[in-house]
Amino acid sequence: MTWKHFFTSSIGKKFLMGATGLFLISFLVIHASINAMIFFQDKGETFNHWGHFMGSNLIVRTLEIGLMAFLLLHIYQGLSLWRQNHNARPVKYAVTKGDGKSKWYSKTMGLLGTLILIFLIMHFYHFWVPSRFGGMASIKPLAETTLGQEYNSQSVHNLYQEMMNVFTGSYSMIIVIVYVLGCVSLCWHLLHGFQSAFQTFGVNHKRYTPLIKTIGVVYSVGISLLFASMPVAMYLGWVK
Amino acid sequence: MEHYHMNLTLKVWRQKNNKAKGSFETYNVKDISSEMSFLEMFDVLNEQLIHDGKLPIAFDHDCREGICGMCSMHINGEAHGPWKQNTTCQLHMRAFKDGDTIVVEPWRSKAFPVVKDLMVDRSAFDRIIEAGGYISVNTGNAVDANAIPIDKKNADDAFMAAACIGCGACVATCVNSSAMLFVGAKISQLALLPQGGPERESRALNMVTQMDKEGFGNCTNTYACEAQCPKGISVANIARMNKEYIGASFATEEI
Ligand code: HEM
Ligand code: SF4
Ligand code: FES
Repeated sequence: MTWKHFFTSSIGKKFLMGATGLFLISFLVIHASINAMIFFQDKGETFNHWGHFMGSNLIVRTLEIGLMAFLLLHIYQGLSLWRQNHNARPVKYAVTKGDGKSKWYSKTMGLLGTLILIFLIMHFYHFWVPSRFGGMASIKPLAETTLGQEYNSQSVHNLYQEMMNVFTGSYSMIIVIVYVLGCVSLCWHLLHGFQSAFQTFGVNHKRYTPLIKTIGVVYSVGISLLFASMPVAMYLGWVK
Repeated sequence: MEHYHMNLTLKVWRQKNNKAKGSFETYNVKDISSEMSFLEMFDVLNEQLIHDGKLPIAFDHDCREGICGMCSMHINGEAHGPWKQNTTCQLHMRAFKDGDTIVVEPWRSKAFPVVKDLMVDRSAFDRIIEAGGYISVNTGNAVDANAIPIDKKNADDAFMAAACIGCGACVATCVNSSAMLFVGAKISQLALLPQGGPERESRALNMVTQMDKEGFGNCTNTYACEAQCPKGISVANIARMNKEYIGASFATEEI
């Protein structure tokens, strides 16, 4: 049993999917919490402060490398599993009904994931690229802002303004719709993924499984609603 | 239930051999009794075909009492047909009504190549069992069955897992053609009992490795297998297999 053997076996690959998926789930909690600070109605002061912390803290930046690696691994592995599973039945059935007994979103994880991926490309282009690589080549740097006294009048990237620009600027309606659709895909992906990851790890328990399923539904719906509410609220001018 | 007769249209997959490209043939059968089993209805059809000088339809069956796991057939989109926790041989014609059209296909999976018509080669399952689905015991007098105390819950769970008849309906039903319900059951029935203890690690490692070699797809926890399994094998067995395999993979010192 070499490490390669484990990580290329069917269960090893699933283990990687579950582990990277759960890591992404934990990341989203932090991401959503910090973003939700735009709702403080303080012109993004708190949000910009924490955005700056996430972008400058050495530990967070190191974790970011892990996050990117895990995300890429999850995407690569997910798409390759999808292809493999598709090829495992070269001649399709003329009639299928039996597999209708499973939830549709459990069978379309690859598709839902791909929709998330398309959203992510747009999302990275909007925020991650300018904040990390702004100023390089032809990438526009982010505007700066000076925080108030309580934050020692620090000068930081104005990520709040960037959000405003994206969600209220040109093509904002289309952008907001794509963001909301991204959140809908995420919701379905996680409705299956959250509980599925535990089954993958071998947890199928009369007492814990119902609890895990409930937490999974609350988390998936909650996080997706929270994320979707941000572009919508900005677009409608509710955030000041 | 009232006894009745019916006329049916059957669309059956015919395929000469593994290499040939198959296609559906349409047949009409008349005066089928509602008390016949599905396979008896096929017997009637085959008699008719032989009488007409045509080749009968090849299909698998053996016990015809729902215990051997030989019968297969994907009937109107469902492995073993429309009844819950039931095998094709135990499906009765009262599940259908006069004038119905029934589409019958073989199990479809790369790992279960079609041998002829509705027969598929399920020897992949045999090779998985050979890889570790057994316990090694010394010959000699049989040991008293009650000599080893076993937790009641474990004994029950092992018994439930051992109900798997190896029919392959789980593979046939799964969107991913995954064999994990079958392998999960076969690993569980031994992992839960003390007799399975000594070979526990190697069993999980070897059986999963063989499963992967056979070209089955990967489980994505859609659970259609459990819903379609004629023996109601629980997906808890898949979780147990995952735990056994992951645990053994990390623990083993073998390279
Ligand atoms: C970016 C594109 C993404 C793609 C292409 C993708 C693809 C997939 C696929 C195909 C699966 C099913 C694999 C399986 O069950 O065997 C899966 C599972 C999963 N995904 Fe994603 N995904 C993406 C993003 C995400 C994100 C952003 C998260 C979390 C925030 C996530 C969390 C999960 C979880 C928890 C599972 C369940 C793992 C398991 O069943 O053990 N995925 N993903
Ligand atoms: S798990 Fe169920 S469907 Fe699969 S082979 Fe065993 S009895 Fe058949
Ligand atoms: S023929 Fe034996 S189970 Fe159906």
